[in-house]
Amino acid sequence: MTISFLLLAAITIIGTAAAMTLKNLVHCVLALTLGLVGLAALYLELGAQFVGFTQILVYVGAVAILAAFAIMMTRSAIPTLSNAESSFRASGSLIAVLVFAVLAWAVYTGTSKQAILLAPPEGSVAQVGSALMHHFVLPLEVIGLLLTAALVGAAIVAMDEPRAKQTRGRQ
Amino acid sequence: MLGEGIVKGLAETARNFFGSYVNKERLTTVQYPEERLPQIEATRDFPFLVYDGADPAAGLRCVACQICEKECPPKCIYIVKSTDKKPDATGKPQAYPAQFDIDISVCMSCQICVEVCPFDAIKMDVEFELSSEDRFGGLLLDKYKLAKSNEYYNKIHPTEAGAVDAALAEERAKAKLAAEAKAKKDAEAAAAKAAAAAAAPAVSATPEPAAATGETK
Amino acid sequence: MSGSLLAYANDVDQIFVLAKHWLLGYVPGPLEPITSAILSVVPVMLAFPLLFAITTVLERKGLGRMQNRYGPNRTGWFGILQPMADGVKSLTKEDIVPRTADQLVHYLAPVVMVIASFLAYAVLPIGRNMVIANLNAGVLFFFAIGSMVELSVFMAGWSSHSKYSLLGAMRAIAQMISYEMPLVLSSVVVIMAAGSLSTVTIVNLQAGYTGIWPHWYLFTPWGIVGFVIFMIAATAESNRCPFDMPEGESEIIAGYFIEYSGFKFALFFLAEYLGMFATSAMAITLFLGGWAAPFSFLTWIPSYIWFFAKLLTIIFMFIWVRGTLPRLRMDQLMNFAWKFMLPLSLINIVGAGVWHFMPAGFVRWGAVSLLLILSCVLLSRGLRRNKWFHVRTYRYAT
Repeated sequence: MTISFLLLAAITIIGTAAAMTLKNLVHCVLALTLGLVGLAALYLELGAQFVGFTQILVYVGAVAILAAFAIMMTRSAIPTLSNAESSFRASGSLIAVLVFAVLAWAVYTGTSKQAILLAPPEGSVAQVGSALMHHFVLPLEVIGLLLTAALVGAAIVAMDEPRAKQTRGRQ
Repeated sequence: MLGEGIVKGLAETARNFFGSYVNKERLTTVQYPEERLPQIEATRDFPFLVYDGADPAAGLRCVACQICEKECPPKCIYIVKSTDKKPDATGKPQAYPAQFDIDISVCMSCQICVEVCPFDAIKMDVEFELSSEDRFGGLLLDKYKLAKSNEYYNKIHPTEAGAVDAALAEERAKAKLAAEAKAKKDAEAAAAKAAAAAAAPAVSATPEPAAATGETK
Repeated sequence: MSGSLLAYANDVDQIFVLAKHWLLGYVPGPLEPITSAILSVVPVMLAFPLLFAITTVLERKGLGRMQNRYGPNRTGWFGILQPMADGVKSLTKEDIVPRTADQLVHYLAPVVMVIASFLAYAVLPIGRNMVIANLNAGVLFFFAIGSMVELSVFMAGWSSHSKYSLLGAMRAIAQMISYEMPLVLSSVVVIMAAGSLSTVTIVNLQAGYTGIWPHWYLFTPWGIVGFVIFMIAATAESNRCPFDMPEGESEIIAGYFIEYSGFKFALFFLAEYLGMFATSAMAITLFLGGWAAPFSFLTWIPSYIWFFAKLLTIIFMFIWVRGTLPRLRMDQLMNFAWKFMLPLSLINIVGAGVWHFMPAGFVRWGAVSLLLILSCVLLSRGLRRNKWFHVRTYRYAT
């Protein structure tokens, strides 16, 4: 439990908690971004450089921007007067406590009490690359197909209806 | 070819860039205030009052007719007429302005005052570097600041001033002729009266001195 | 004799590294890591804003000369003190924030942008052994940080609560995202050739010579195409002419920083130029051999001098292009990115792969060059085909 871990964990928790509780949606998105950056910093602290930087590149650089665009395009940016319905507060917090208990039990019983000496990860990008190309090539191709389908679908949804041909010149 | 236009454009700007160091005529900028562009003769900025001779008070052509004050579109001229008279440019006794103010922060240089003045008393100046730090009175010019000599007017607008001078000289000559003719007519009338008075002294002796004194009055 | 000259040249080359080690000798043990970090970071944080100041005056004078006029020449000798005047002006201007603006986000937007721009310098090798952080995934770090700039653009555009700024922000983000793909993909070819994501490794691999010719990746067909794509995408990423639609003064007044005045505006300006320098420096690192000299007989000139000379050359190219080209419209911009640059960068990757697997010689030069030239020509034809011209008709009320 080093100082850096505590600090980064605090940033992440504060960011994600603020993302749930703030009234202004834009502030929520920015707080979520802060939480994601904290998560990326945690990855970096564990030595996973590739995952950490990809987290920033993908989540902060693309997903947060996507959420921001969604807010800009719709009217949901008007600040609401209050937070979520208070009738769900009791059952919601009960479920949250149960989930936390299950996760904490799993983590606590799954890890050993002594610190495990791991070999430092070397050339992790090369390892990820070779794993993707040899062992996990089928999931890679399926993901590629899925992304292509999503792109085509998005383009079709956003495209205009085909217009009638414009008459060339009115005499 | 792809990108041909871009390459040609880049060559052109490179030529401009290096050419501007080699060939000074490419840079047409006039480095104000060290250099100034020459102004054309018909330049107009703000009005001024013309005076003939050396004394601004005596030679001021303006007779306070107040036509320019009435015609000025933004009403930037303020004139107070004097109560006494002095001879104007052609010698005739006329009033003169006791106060003549132009607010050049209001003046729009339309030259209407110059066009309507019948006495060629107000003309357009060419000075434009008139900024002042006094916000309230610095741009309100009074009669003394507005009066500039006819020599100055000749210097800034030579052809115009030449024409005005010729017209004024003609008028002065005409006025002088008229005055001379009037004086001659007066002298003739006086002589005729004197002859009539001299022709009838034999009628009575006593009214003579009274008549003579009456004539010479 | 030459041995001592070489040693002397090496000392001058490593002067900053030696100075840092000497200063660290005076620091007690526990403070060494943090002092080392500070000593690495502070020169970079001083040098690049200074370069920004010099660039503003160079740009204005350069643009002026290209347009047949003097640039600023009143402040100081040939206008060299103009950045001082600009700095004083921006510091003394009133900081106006609109009443309906989101105050916190409005304040944070320039801060985030400047932070992101400064962070990108952490992985750029400015000289031999002179890099702040030798990360294993340095290039990835650079692009990750670059994507944070878009977030600050959104913050700036949204928080100003103005239609102009929102529109400008949307356009700016769309442009930046579209051009990020060719930017990253054109750097993939270099990563493939070098086999590593670390910027230091990439530069070290380019620092060798065969005869007098350097091993820069620019001198390969896929390197040239990659460099051109990278520079065009870098111009678009930093919102420079001809891609400065988001901040075009005649179209949208100032786009997403329309409601910023005084020092915050200066911060945006600073962040934009720093981003330009950072991407240029990355281009130099990837394609132009970083701090390596162009010919083997010129290696006695210090490495950081070469780095800054290359950087100044690229800056001059940016200024030159700015003075020449008109601004691209939004749809032209997007078409260019998605229909020309992206396919070309993908084909470039294929070309680099072909290059890697063919034996060295003229054959592979010819094959890869043919592939790339053909694809350039075909793609440009595809771009031109989409234009249609028809006679504009007007409908009059009769």
